[in-house]
Amino acid sequence: MFPNAFQYEAPTSVDEAIRLLTEYGYDSKILAGGQSLLPMMKFRIAAPAVLIDVNGIDDLKGWREENGKLRIGALTRHADAEHATELRDRYPLLSRTARWIADPPIRNRGTICGSLVHADPGSDWGAAMIALRADVEVQGLEGSRLIPIDEFFVDTFATSLEENELAVAVHVPTPNGPVAARYMKLERKAGDFAIAALAVHVVMGKDGRVSEAGIGIGACGPIPLRAAKAEAALVGQPLTEETISTVSKLVPEDADPADDLRGSADYKRDLLRVFAKRALLEIAEELQERVGAE
Amino acid sequence: MNIRVTVNGRPYEADVEPRTLLAYFLREQLKLTGTHIGCDTTSCGACTVLLDGKLVKSCTVLAVQADGREVLTVEGLEKNGQLHPLQSAFWEEHALQCGYCTPGMLMASYALLQENPAPTEEEIREALSGNICRCTGYVNIVKAVQLAARKMSGETQETLEVAATHGTSTD
Repeated sequence: MFPNAFQYEAPTSVDEAIRLLTEYGYDSKILAGGQSLLPMMKFRIAAPAVLIDVNGIDDLKGWREENGKLRIGALTRHADAEHATELRDRYPLLSRTARWIADPPIRNRGTICGSLVHADPGSDWGAAMIALRADVEVQGLEGSRLIPIDEFFVDTFATSLEENELAVAVHVPTPNGPVAARYMKLERKAGDFAIAALAVHVVMGKDGRVSEAGIGIGACGPIPLRAAKAEAALVGQPLTEETISTVSKLVPEDADPADDLRGSADYKRDLLRVFAKRALLEIAEELQERVGAE
Repeated sequence: MNIRVTVNGRPYEADVEPRTLLAYFLREQLKLTGTHIGCDTTSCGACTVLLDGKLVKSCTVLAVQADGREVLTVEGLEKNGQLHPLQSAFWEEHALQCGYCTPGMLMASYALLQENPAPTEEEIREALSGNICRCTGYVNIVKAVQLAARKMSGETQETLEVAATHGTSTD
């Protein structure tokens, strides 16, 4: 299978990429990892006249901590996040999510920002970035702006990115205290999209109560969703079995799953409850061990 | 577009359409047909090669993206007429039946052993999770990777023979 014929552009700066985006608009597509876009082009679901390959833009590579945030450049691959041992203590959800994405060769190419911009409701990063309360940094002709993740996903395969804006990074807040996270996902087969997925991120306060909680729901609605009721019930509480039981029952209330080949909506709702319970029990145990060791 | 790519240590210069996929470039322009095309949808892994040392599915990379880079295909594993330890281990452990997935399996196993010379069974299965085999049930593929790991770590021939005999007798 071949994609349609296209004009290939390989800018070496963000400004040049934005200039090309402005010139060609919706006739163009950005190519980063290409692990969703190239298959869609082969199927002719996507047929851009101009392909703007951003892989040669050095400013989009790597990550750094600044102003209480981890800024992850747009060309950071899933495998980079999976193997970055220096990020595991403070940003455990990154590697825990990355290892569930597709398979090793796909993780070597696909990028975190590319996945967010593609806005597949079944994407793993969507749920994770909701849990982490990330911001997507986008750049256009007028400069850059930060889009909070809750305003980023508009609909299936649609984001609040303007036509000539490029996602250049995603910002993840640095946790203020001991942190633990889990990414729970059930697949029909290895490397598949999720039947349902749940990202859970918990920061513990000095008083032994949860100071920050983020819970993102994947593959259960037109966009990745926030389990807001469950988060509200978790913050300020100690991680007891009683809290966990109450919180896990609230998670499905913010989900909007559909009956499909992967399972019924009821089944997916119940999966989310089970995921939340298991994730929080594991997190409670981990944080208790960590605090006890200190 | 004109591209320069080093494949298996040999430099090539070629004119390609931007939409040409790396797998097709290798097979049709360079006539390196060891890289197979199976599903053509980034699922099966038959087309897996190494691009600058990283495992990729070559049906989902453009040939122009390999410009200035190094590609390793299954043809590059053999050295001076000698099979790579992975290739001989696949032979010895009967890790293939129809052989269609084998080039991809070998490249994924090669990438694994480069990073992790003594993987556990679980690590092998995880590393090969992007490669589908419809014949073997994977059991002998895992055994072959384990055997190759032992060969490459320089175990003696006698130990290897015992291990190989033990491996096949349990089938």
